[in-house]
Amino acid sequence: MSTSKLLGRALFACFLLWAGDLLAQTEDAEAHQLLTVLAESSSTQKKAAVLQIAGSGDVRSRGWLESFANNKLGRIESSGQFIIVLENRGRNWTVESALTGENLGEISRRDIDTVRVNNALRNELEGILSVIDLKSPEEHSRLTAARALKGSVDGTLAERLPELMNDEKSDAVRAALTEALAIYKVEEQGDVAAVATLSGSLNSEARAALQQAMRSDDAALVAAATEAMASIEQKLTLNRAAETLYFGLSLGSVLVLAAIGLAITFGVMGVINMAHGELMMLGAYTTWGMQQLMPGQPGLALILSIPAGFLVAALAGVAIERTVIQHLKGRPLETLLATFGVSLILQQLVRTVISPLNRTVITPDWMSGSVMINEALSLTLNRLYVIGFALVVFAGLMLIMRKTRLGLEVRAVTQNRAMARSMGIKATKVDILTFALGSGVAGLAGVALSQITNVGPNLGQAYIIDSFMVVVFGGVGNLWGTLLAGMALGTINQLLEPWAGAVLAKILVLVFIILFIQKRPRGLFPQKGRAAEG
Amino acid sequence: MQKRVALLTNGATHSNAKDDEMSIKKHVKLGLSALALSISFNSVAAEDPIRVGILHSLSGTMAISESTLKDTMLMLIEKQNEAGGVLGRQLEPVVVDPASNWPLFAEKARELLAKEKVDVIFGNWTSVSRKSVLPVIEELNGLLFYPVQYEGEESSQNVFYTGAAPNQQAIPAVDYLMNDIGVERWVLAGTDYVYPRTTNKILETYLKDKGVAAEDIMVNYTPFGHSNWQAIVSDIKAFGGAGKKTAVVSTINGDANVPFYRELGNQGIDAADIPVVAFSVGEQELSGIDTGPLVGHLAAWNYFMSVESDANYDFIDAWVAHTGNEEAVTNDPMEAHYIGFNMYIEAVKKAGTADVDAVKDAIIGVSVPNLTGGFATMMPNHHITKPVLIGEIQDNGQFSVVWETPSTVAGDAWSDFLPGSKDLISDWRKPLFCGNFNVVSGTCGAQANVANK
Repeated sequence: MSTSKLLGRALFACFLLWAGDLLAQTEDAEAHQLLTVLAESSSTQKKAAVLQIAGSGDVRSRGWLESFANNKLGRIESSGQFIIVLENRGRNWTVESALTGENLGEISRRDIDTVRVNNALRNELEGILSVIDLKSPEEHSRLTAARALKGSVDGTLAERLPELMNDEKSDAVRAALTEALAIYKVEEQGDVAAVATLSGSLNSEARAALQQAMRSDDAALVAAATEAMASIEQKLTLNRAAETLYFGLSLGSVLVLAAIGLAITFGVMGVINMAHGELMMLGAYTTWGMQQLMPGQPGLALILSIPAGFLVAALAGVAIERTVIQHLKGRPLETLLATFGVSLILQQLVRTVISPLNRTVITPDWMSGSVMINEALSLTLNRLYVIGFALVVFAGLMLIMRKTRLGLEVRAVTQNRAMARSMGIKATKVDILTFALGSGVAGLAGVALSQITNVGPNLGQAYIIDSFMVVVFGGVGNLWGTLLAGMALGTINQLLEPWAGAVLAKILVLVFIILFIQKRPRGLFPQKGRAAEG
Repeated sequence: MQKRVALLTNGATHSNAKDDEMSIKKHVKLGLSALALSISFNSVAAEDPIRVGILHSLSGTMAISESTLKDTMLMLIEKQNEAGGVLGRQLEPVVVDPASNWPLFAEKARELLAKEKVDVIFGNWTSVSRKSVLPVIEELNGLLFYPVQYEGEESSQNVFYTGAAPNQQAIPAVDYLMNDIGVERWVLAGTDYVYPRTTNKILETYLKDKGVAAEDIMVNYTPFGHSNWQAIVSDIKAFGGAGKKTAVVSTINGDANVPFYRELGNQGIDAADIPVVAFSVGEQELSGIDTGPLVGHLAAWNYFMSVESDANYDFIDAWVAHTGNEEAVTNDPMEAHYIGFNMYIEAVKKAGTADVDAVKDAIIGVSVPNLTGGFATMMPNHHITKPVLIGEIQDNGQFSVVWETPSTVAGDAWSDFLPGSKDLISDWRKPLFCGNFNVVSGTCGAQANVANK
């Protein structure tokens, strides 16, 4: 740690001597020499070689260092020519010349020696690149660079920072720079005035600096730092609570998605469908299939997978209903065993036809990463979308069940089949449609799950038990119950996990449900009235 | 040989016209020689092929990892047969599917040995499946080559462990983090079963021996296929925010890795802040995810697909040709099978027979090239010598080697960092011929059940 930091300092100092402009271009022979030194020195000496390149002032050096940091700088073994790798998948790589930028086409991997980089070097390189980026015309890259500087400012840079801050137009960048400077001042100079800047900061480097200040001999500094830390701790606790709640809701929404289709087939129709998980798997594979059909447009493919996944799973559901379930009406044990068999068949079918290996489903850019609320709390985007999606699906289902003719008929048939039929409702047709609806929703769940878990033949198995748990806990036949139960179980699980561990948390939730069902056999929201007795 | 036959037949046609008696005699002679020829041909053809049992799950949870090993074996056998087999005998694969079902592994092993009469078995992935077949292999005196890194604490005269023991993977990786990266705070995260638990126990003792305080070690276990990593990753983030350099040592197995890494990426944990070094994540697992956010996280193995050696490039070419998939990846257990298979072939050549006991004796000391440009030797404890490589994940789903041991490391069946196991050694050469010899008490088998404690 200390050596790398020291080297980092030397580097910044040297670097800032020329950081003014990047206009010159060295002779190609000289540039080739610089890169040769980099390629041939051992990993400990590479830092010096990087310094030399940075100090050369060559306009291409940023590109070299960036591709070096990304492990994309290499050399052709036979000719010794330096290259930048553009595409590095498979056995042949697409490359361009590092010196001239000329595209050299595909070259066999056997003939390419990459210039090795490691984490420590990458850290140094990031430092250099962020100093360069502080002068970038784009606000976004300046902000990223300023944030990256927190905790790695050195003496030379600290002298230059006020000047940079004066020229800075963006408030956010200036705030980040101020904080970076304050961390340096607290850490290195024990500056009491700077402590106030850090008060309330959620940055982990700032916290480390304050903790260090609390151990110092200067009583005034210790008092100021302790006070600042107290306010930070308070904020952190709040953020932790908000984060846990978010985790709980996001796990809950996954459970709701997985269970809500089951709430219809099991809850409303009374069919125990063990192949429910595999219907979800089909939905997830549909997403994968759509992305294969539309290469380069993962986002559009994902959106189109929503109706496609629904249709595929619904059709599979109808096939299961017609071939298996309708012949076993009123025999729950046989239905359970038969649908379990169907689930195994579907799994093996996917294994044989597609592959036993997991498939890669691409997460579109607008769904990856996270929204930063503050430096201690950021909400992961894919989960945020899943929460929203779960709520939309739930609302849609409620609408169908409450406001449409189909919903009315479904409710009629489930409450009293004979009476409904005598009123002219085609019970068989309603059965098919209901099962198709429940299965289709399982397909939707699969589409959502493809974004947060593995798409493989075992996807369904992981969720079937949880789905039944949610439906039973919420009260069979009640969609609101399913929503509440899913969210509650998710939150309880996430509350328990930090101190009980994942395995024990799961067990505790199960025990809790068993005890709860003992007390209230019909779940959170039992069905009332004569229909429930039937 | 052919010429002579041609002369004989020529002679026969000439004499045929001259003398009937002679011709009859000649015919008989011809017939006899033909018979003799056909017999001698038959005796070559009748020499049975060497039957190679392949015991890898082709269905169920483990199919994801194990089915590629079956294909690797088929490829190796095909290549060997093209090169003329061994001792003039062809090799014949016998593939069975234990379906990721541990008791079924034992049944299928029995089927292979008793019914199919295989000469050798290549198989298993999980430790629990290995423990399940072990009594069967020992009872029926079979040979098993086990290709996956495991927790050690086992040595059977019938099993050859071509994957890494903890001292060939976990310990060197921790050394690298401690000495080269300067890690002071450790998260030991694993899936809840025997391999992670034993490995973490070994690592905990090792770290404490090195002076790491108990509060600087956080141990976490998750169930198989765990997919909701939010709280745990956030915990790790908090644990690492205490000012000391922190690393995660991950023995998380199989599918659970993908959501784990995805969550790390989403919560913005960078390899520069908290590196994760994994013992069960290889090229195969990474082929299921976008590795962009994971660049720089580490894995410790004895082989990486990106290793720059001609043997490796040839192996990759053969594998791509065999699978017909340009994107097919190779991984560490595949190399272990490559080594194990070649060791078996060499041992059969050395012994001059495929007889189990002869091969068992002959294989100790056999050296074959590995794919990283060195050699692997079978040690008397049935473990092999391997180089240890640390690789960083790249954006193309491959690893770039950042560190390796200066020479190969011999596998240690009994860890030096577990009480009860540190006094044990294994040596399957006569006269010792013991898998768990206690050097303190001088007895064999004294602590046979230490692994089950």
